[in-house]
Amino acid sequence: MKRQVIVGILATLTLTGMAGLTACGDGGEGSQTTGTGSTAGPSTSPDQVKGSGTVHYINAKPEIADKYEEVAADFLEETGITLKVVTAASGTYEQQLTAEMGKSTPPDLFQINSPQMAAQWQDYTADLAGTSLYGALTDKTMAITSGNAVVGLPYVVEGYGIIYNDAIMKKYFALADKAVDVSDASEIKDFATLQAVVEDMQAKKDALGIKGVFASTSMKAGEDWRWNNHLIAVPLTYEWEATGTDLSQPVNSFEFTYNKDFQNLFDLYLNNSTVAKGAALTNLAVGDSMAEFALGQAAMAQNGNWAWSQIDSTDGNVVLSEDIKYLPLYTGQPDDASRGLAIGTDNYYAINSQVSAEQQQLAADFIWWLFNSETGKRHVVESLGFIAPFETFDDTEVPDDPLAKEVKAWMGKDGVTNVAWGSKVIPNQAWKDNFTSTLTKYILGEATWDEVAENSVEDWSKQAKLGAGE
Amino acid sequence: MRVSKFISRWFAVFALPTLTAFSLAFIVPFVLGLVLSFCKFTTVLNAKFIGTANYGKIFTADSSFPHALGLTVLFALASVASVNGIAFVLALLLTRGLAGTNALRTVFFMPNLIGGIVLGYIWQQLLNGLLAPFDKTVQTSVGDGFWGMVVVFNWQMIGYMMIIYIAGIQNVSGDVLEAASIDGAGYFTTVFKILLPNLVPSITICTFLTLSQSFKMFDQNLSLTAGQPGGATKLLALDIYDTFYNMGPAMRGVGQAKAVVFFVFVGVVAFLQLRATRSKEVEG
Repeated sequence: MKRQVIVGILATLTLTGMAGLTACGDGGEGSQTTGTGSTAGPSTSPDQVKGSGTVHYINAKPEIADKYEEVAADFLEETGITLKVVTAASGTYEQQLTAEMGKSTPPDLFQINSPQMAAQWQDYTADLAGTSLYGALTDKTMAITSGNAVVGLPYVVEGYGIIYNDAIMKKYFALADKAVDVSDASEIKDFATLQAVVEDMQAKKDALGIKGVFASTSMKAGEDWRWNNHLIAVPLTYEWEATGTDLSQPVNSFEFTYNKDFQNLFDLYLNNSTVAKGAALTNLAVGDSMAEFALGQAAMAQNGNWAWSQIDSTDGNVVLSEDIKYLPLYTGQPDDASRGLAIGTDNYYAINSQVSAEQQQLAADFIWWLFNSETGKRHVVESLGFIAPFETFDDTEVPDDPLAKEVKAWMGKDGVTNVAWGSKVIPNQAWKDNFTSTLTKYILGEATWDEVAENSVEDWSKQAKLGAGE
Repeated sequence: MRVSKFISRWFAVFALPTLTAFSLAFIVPFVLGLVLSFCKFTTVLNAKFIGTANYGKIFTADSSFPHALGLTVLFALASVASVNGIAFVLALLLTRGLAGTNALRTVFFMPNLIGGIVLGYIWQQLLNGLLAPFDKTVQTSVGDGFWGMVVVFNWQMIGYMMIIYIAGIQNVSGDVLEAASIDGAGYFTTVFKILLPNLVPSITICTFLTLSQSFKMFDQNLSLTAGQPGGATKLLALDIYDTFYNMGPAMRGVGQAKAVVFFVFVGVVAFLQLRATRSKEVEG
């Protein structure tokens, strides 16, 4: 009896052992191609992409998952290449990427969102300097580099600021007893004016028919990115500009020199809002805030151009597309007036250096087709809704949504410098989560603003060390 | 004799499919996980051996692990006591032949059939509604979050444990109970002196299930508090998950090492508990 048991176990172990060995074999081959991948990388693509085979792509934007199916159909028809897209659910991109990279057909094309992520995935990022799409990138400084290699290629430009409903603003400026000199929202050019307008509007909210000037400051876990990723970008960018920090590399130290800038706007949001400052905010999501804005209960909301679809699709939306406009995030700097929207990206293409050279080239060919061919460009503008940062697009090739048009208009405004997305160098998600926690304590009166600032500075150096594996 | 000979000859053939499945689904991932805890890795097949460095960082890299460990122990104590206490009382009530007993048993069991994530979100809304007049939510303080999780865990587990206790109570021989009542034992004497000693096998299995479930609780934790405020309500499983995914690939090995420590810890606790209650079991 014992013998048979042993035979059975041995047989099983042989089977599983073989599986294990094959797995190791894969790993070995993979690391060999790293060497060739990092030295060569994919090169230029022909104007008319043709070929065969399959490109595997992992998409980080779940909201446009179904659009990629239309793209794949047209891509196959025009080029003969199959596109297989796997989409990660909201907030789980890195988990999904980790899982997909371990499979026998890993993604050829994937996305990274920051220099940190590029560093963490450096074994997987091919050099894109030779690709046609990099050649067409309007502003080469936007790419993520590692040494001389280009490892992250931005493919969509987004912008955020304070979105306002001009219908409500006009109503306010028409009031006889308004306490400010300005008479149009476009005349607000610094924090002091913004504050005066907002506070006066809040005082007259009943006359304006709104619940509050700003839509609620949503602080629910996972719904806090408007503050720990977006608003924080402004003081971060000011600090990086002052210290001359290179944003294509991980940043290990942070002083929060401009923390009062954050506090100015954050306090303004909290104190002049539809929902009073308090614990209730920790139960609210971004969708709640955007619904308040769409229903005309709030005149302003901080968000980016992706919010239009959310506003437009809200049942009972009263905001007209010609009334929806942007204000930059004025924080109280002397040069507020010359500041524009926060325009940048955290969406970069990366090509997997661990797959064969042919697969890498197919991936490069796909993105070139998407941003260069007539069909691809039509998809980019109409269904994917990207403002593309490439020379292959002219000024008219912009998505037909009012916020995207506003972003495009701000990009070309004279005498205005747009604020970079300084938050892309935040060490990791843990820092953002911890920052939200201290902000929540501040809202509840359990922490002073100085404590918020101190905590976030300490946590930055801690998380930067953890992220670098020290 | 012939049958046992047959079994011993063909044992390997019949056991092989199960053994293979068990190996592929359990042993291989377990061994792989153990190996990875000694590695620095981006994906599971791209790993570099670095010795025990990951284990060294469990307690030094940040204080989240010891905190989560302490909270999990408290959570397990509170949950095991409350789940088993309430389940036992319900079982007593529902074995007295009251009207509607079967319907009530079904109702109490049903929460166990709902997934943890959904439960967490629903209870988040319910609890936040209750806490709103005090200007609090389950995500604003450790205490509220902790007791919120205990409530959700109770709600989910009580019905299941109740069924096990009911089965145990129904198994107690009527002769014994009758003899007790003839000897003049009152209700509480019967419960504590007759029922409970006979129910030790049920208590063993129920405490084991609640203990291991409470130590491993993840989805209700994630959806109810998400570790807020500031990671203070993270139980061990969520802390491991966050280390693995939210601190960047450099910390993955540390997350893996935490998982191994977690496994050993839960294993030891469960073993001790089984030995302790087993020794009190009486032959029926």
